[in-house]
Amino acid sequence: MARTIIPFGPQHPVLPEPVHLDLVVEDEKVVEARPSIGFIHRGLEKLVEKKDYQEFTYIAERICGICSFIHGQTYCQAVETIMNLPVPPRAHYLRTIWGEFSRLHSHLLWLGLMADALGFESLFMHSWRVRERVLKIIEATTGGRVIFGTCKVGGVRRDIGPEAAADILKELDGIESDMREITRVFLKDRSVKDRMCGVGVLTKEEAYELGCVGPTLRASGVSQDMRQLGYAAFHELRFEPVTRTDGDSYARCAVRCGELFQSVDLIRQAFARLPGGDIAVKVTGNPNGEHIARTEQPRGEVVYHLKANGTKNLQRFRVRTPTFANLPALLKVLQGCELADVPVLVLTIDPCISCTER
Amino acid sequence: MGYFTLTRLALKWALSKPVTTRYPFEPRQPVPGSRGELAFTKESCVYCNICAKKCPTGALVVNRAGKRWAIDRLLCIQCGCCVESCPKKSLSLTPSHGTIAITKDREWF
Repeated sequence: MARTIIPFGPQHPVLPEPVHLDLVVEDEKVVEARPSIGFIHRGLEKLVEKKDYQEFTYIAERICGICSFIHGQTYCQAVETIMNLPVPPRAHYLRTIWGEFSRLHSHLLWLGLMADALGFESLFMHSWRVRERVLKIIEATTGGRVIFGTCKVGGVRRDIGPEAAADILKELDGIESDMREITRVFLKDRSVKDRMCGVGVLTKEEAYELGCVGPTLRASGVSQDMRQLGYAAFHELRFEPVTRTDGDSYARCAVRCGELFQSVDLIRQAFARLPGGDIAVKVTGNPNGEHIARTEQPRGEVVYHLKANGTKNLQRFRVRTPTFANLPALLKVLQGCELADVPVLVLTIDPCISCTER
Repeated sequence: MGYFTLTRLALKWALSKPVTTRYPFEPRQPVPGSRGELAFTKESCVYCNICAKKCPTGALVVNRAGKRWAIDRLLCIQCGCCVESCPKKSLSLTPSHGTIAITKDREWF
């Protein structure tokens, strides 16, 4: 059988992100996928030489348009560790709450995109209807819809008052009930299951050896979640990583559905234990030292490496994003799949190319 | 395995009011607390230049001698850094997104 190369992306109706794959196909079977990335490289890491370490929080937040808050949080945590800043507990709890809201809206966005990739347009619209309710809470508490802008070195910029907290918890009940309705369709419907069950199976060993992170890793049965490191307020909250053992596209979808309810539970726990006090400390001086910070984004573990030499600009800044870690697994599952399954498989790792290329 | 699992949800929403609005015929109501357009109060400003120094994008320009303050709306990212640093509380962020910038000129006050 003659081999043909079919280009997939960088602009593709299913994918919102510019990843390009050269698919080597034999008949309708994909034999090999060759990725090429670099379409939206912005040189953000180099900007540490131009912007001072406090201004750089804004740039760190803009590395990604979906998990922006956790990028800013990871950066601030790294600088705070280098500078030994005593961040108030209330700031840690508020960061946890906003981080989980960020996970909620990211997973709901992914569910919508997945429904769209399956051709299930009405489910796509319902997923985004629920996401809009989450975005309204985020906008009212932080001032932004996806770029929160509330995290700063030394704490947070805004507080959530008791009245606003009560309103949020009430709205959260409605959101949870809406999410139950839509996740039921994702997990039970025949048309969804037909497209996802047994498609793109990644065994536990393969997922671990290829260095997968986040829901892609947990769907293969590895119970690893960076929130277990106990950063921010996670060391005081009770949760278990959501895992599945099948390792197929359906398992990856089920993990994300499970994480929606886990995030709602974590937000409730954080509000119940929210301590009083300040939300930020005064920051003086410049950082001097080196630190590696790891946090759990909606897509998986993100690693920040910061090196400072006592001046107002950092010396070195490097990010390892979850999509970069999940790309080898994507190439593995694409080998031998049907051409029609490629969009679904690419979406199951929840690719965020703007993060990856920075 | 379920069949027609979306039917209940589809029927419920077929009989309910849509969640979407008929924008731009129905204007979007700004969410209270949203970070929108930067507003400047000329009367209380002492032209100390702190806002321009703190602005991470360099969107603000202060002319101390001429007692004038300017903003490049296309550069402003509505972060609120200047609002926090203003000693006279002359700056504030309105929840409304304001008018669209149509020129690259700075807006002088």
